[in-house]
Amino acid sequence: MRILTGNDLRSGAVVWWNGSGWSLFVDDAVDVGDDAEEILAREEAARRVNVPYAIEASIDEAGHVRPAHIKDRVRALGPTVRRDLAVPTADKTGWDWVI
Amino acid sequence: MGNARDLGTSPDEVQFRFRDDEPVDHGTVTVDACCDQTNATAVRIEPGDDARLILPFLYRLALVEVNFPVFGDGRGYSAARILREAGFTGELRAVGDIGIDQLSHMRRCGFDSFAPDKRLDEDAARRAFATWENVYQRAADARRTIADKRHEA
Amino acid sequence: MYRYDQYDQAMVEARVEEFRDQARRRLEGKLSEDQFKPLRLMNGLYLQLHAYMLRVAIPYGTLNSRQMEALAMIAEKYDRGYGHFTTRQNIQYNWIRLEDAADALADLASVEMHAIQTSGNCIRNISSDHFAGAAADEVIDPRPYAELLRQWSSFHPEFTYLPRKFKIAVIASEKDRAAMRLHDIGIRIVRNDAGEVGAQFYAGGGMGRTPMIAPLIRDFVPIDQMITYAEAALRVYNRYGRRDNKYKARIKILVHELGAEEYIRQVEEEFAHLLSVGVEPPREELARIAAHFTDPPFADGPKTIDRSDPDFALWVDRNTHRHKHDAYVSAVISLKPVGGIPGDATADQMRIVARLAKLYSFDELRVMHTQNLLLPHVAIKDLKAVWTALDAAGLGAPNMDTIEDIIACPGLDYCSLANARSIPLAQRISERFAETGRTDVVGELKLKISGCINACGHHHAGHIGILGVDKKGVENYQLSLGGSEAEDVSLAKITGPGFDEDGVIAAVEKVTDVYLAARADGERFLDTYRRIGMEPFKEALYG
Ligand code: SF4
Repeated sequence: MRILTGNDLRSGAVVWWNGSGWSLFVDDAVDVGDDAEEILAREEAARRVNVPYAIEASIDEAGHVRPAHIKDRVRALGPTVRRDLAVPTADKTGWDWVI
Repeated sequence: MGNARDLGTSPDEVQFRFRDDEPVDHGTVTVDACCDQTNATAVRIEPGDDARLILPFLYRLALVEVNFPVFGDGRGYSAARILREAGFTGELRAVGDIGIDQLSHMRRCGFDSFAPDKRLDEDAARRAFATWENVYQRAADARRTIADKRHEA
Repeated sequence: MYRYDQYDQAMVEARVEEFRDQARRRLEGKLSEDQFKPLRLMNGLYLQLHAYMLRVAIPYGTLNSRQMEALAMIAEKYDRGYGHFTTRQNIQYNWIRLEDAADALADLASVEMHAIQTSGNCIRNISSDHFAGAAADEVIDPRPYAELLRQWSSFHPEFTYLPRKFKIAVIASEKDRAAMRLHDIGIRIVRNDAGEVGAQFYAGGGMGRTPMIAPLIRDFVPIDQMITYAEAALRVYNRYGRRDNKYKARIKILVHELGAEEYIRQVEEEFAHLLSVGVEPPREELARIAAHFTDPPFADGPKTIDRSDPDFALWVDRNTHRHKHDAYVSAVISLKPVGGIPGDATADQMRIVARLAKLYSFDELRVMHTQNLLLPHVAIKDLKAVWTALDAAGLGAPNMDTIEDIIACPGLDYCSLANARSIPLAQRISERFAETGRTDVVGELKLKISGCINACGHHHAGHIGILGVDKKGVENYQLSLGGSEAEDVSLAKITGPGFDEDGVIAAVEKVTDVYLAARADGERFLDTYRRIGMEPFKEALYG
């Protein structure tokens, strides 16, 4: 699937497109299919997000969204060396899938 | 001068000008043409041009345009200073991709007229020209530097 | 140390207001990201993997306790309670909000600090020898010259849109503790036979994709022409440095493609011209600046150290450096606890360090390019008290220049350009060597890790260097050997095919095995490598 991500313009926080807005949680990301370019252009113009881009991702058996590239997996949770600062998620698999 | 008009900016495109003389009302020629021709009075410098090539002709030049196709290419700043350091007193016009945030540095390098591709907000530009009440370096504007002020008698 | 006068203060304040306006225009949509990016970068604000990152300049690595306290305050007020000290003697905050950035800069300005030109294609923060003003071996304190260059390079009207970033280092000792020849311009302040002070210029060094050691371009520039010469060197670069390819735009490529001789010829011509124009600051300016760097009131005192506590004795041996006054030493504060994140310090640690500086080091602190901190002037009689306080704060690791003193860039944990993580490698290697007791056996061994080819972790200059690469989406690490950033400067050579994370840690152990088996008396790892060459190491790794 194709999902959208970027950083919040004001705070810089990593955000994911959930179909109607930008979420802090990667699990909220939705498949945008062929609409990626249109949504990206509209959202960047509206200044809700900074330098957004589309990436490949998949959904695992438990329904969690898994970005394809390691860089976006690190972005999804936070620095692997500061797990105390991680984005809080309901994902019980913890960090196993990131690296 | 053939199609020279097409090459340069016209006086109407100049948004800011810090001179009292009449602007040159004809177009500019390339550096190559300037060096070949004996009568050109206005020339346009592109980023890759060597500004020093036109130094022998400064006596007859009333206008030098320096083009900034993209603002991040800073070669034109050196070109401007080189011309001023050689004693050029004619109009030195920055043209092209020029934003508010480049104005004060350009002014310091000797530009005294500005023809940005996109017209700039007048208030913001006025503030930008006045950003630095004091300056650290000697440059083409001959302002007294901070160090000069620190050590004046 | 240098203190701002009203002019310096007004400059940084004007810059804060200028940036406040730019950030407002960005948030209001009057500036696109393309337009805003170069402006925020010139104020040290990046967009990194997780958030905006603010890089604050610490000119030539010198700061006082009040400034360190302000850095701690900013870490708490605008960030998540910590900061990261870098190989450019700067500090980076990883979680700054764009909306807060101007306020953070205003707080910095209130203690004579800024983030100006810590990024962008301009002249960056000037770095220097961390032992400047304290080392027994220096010709003269290099910092007044660095400060003169700082002022000259700040908001330089001609050199704000260079082909690429530009880094200058200034030292004044035969010893090179600032990787001087791996800078775009390296300056060594020297005295000639007549005893006059001058500047020796090197140009075209650098790490990154194409590492190069800067050749000497001028043996002696009279000190009252130093700025003019620097201006000439920069002008030639600004005019002729390549702009068609970002990866070939650094001055090292220009010097390499022109050849040092031709570059020198052009600089000399420009220099002669600029001398006639007159761009040098008035002579008295250097004297005014130098007056800020006079020695603090050193006092005679005991010169011997009570070594009865073996932990303390080890720290003294490893982490202190000879001072020009024999009742003092310089004391390195390690930011490399075993298993820790190299260069990170919490706000609390910053405050403790600030307090120690006030009590025991004439209110002075340094940031080292090795991502450690330094108390430059500690009286020998106070050393035990300093160590006790550091140790209690987790800052007393006795490991300067050992394999635990690893330089590691932020890597894929923070950096948007990274291919692989650097920090976890550093953590695991330091743990492994500490556990097995090998740190001590191996002695001086500078290990440096970069998460990508940009080489912020100086891997080309490591006795052992590790470079993270991307192997089809998986982290992979190239090992290299034989680099040095010091006066015996050299570039490391790649051993061969890369390794995964476990593999590269094992490989580091194997190379130290080879060294231990082959070393002659008194040889450091680097010396042995230089004597026996790459082959035995390759054999052990791949044979
Ligand atoms: S070396 Fe690469 S990964 Fe490391 S900090 Fe520099 S740019 Fe980022």
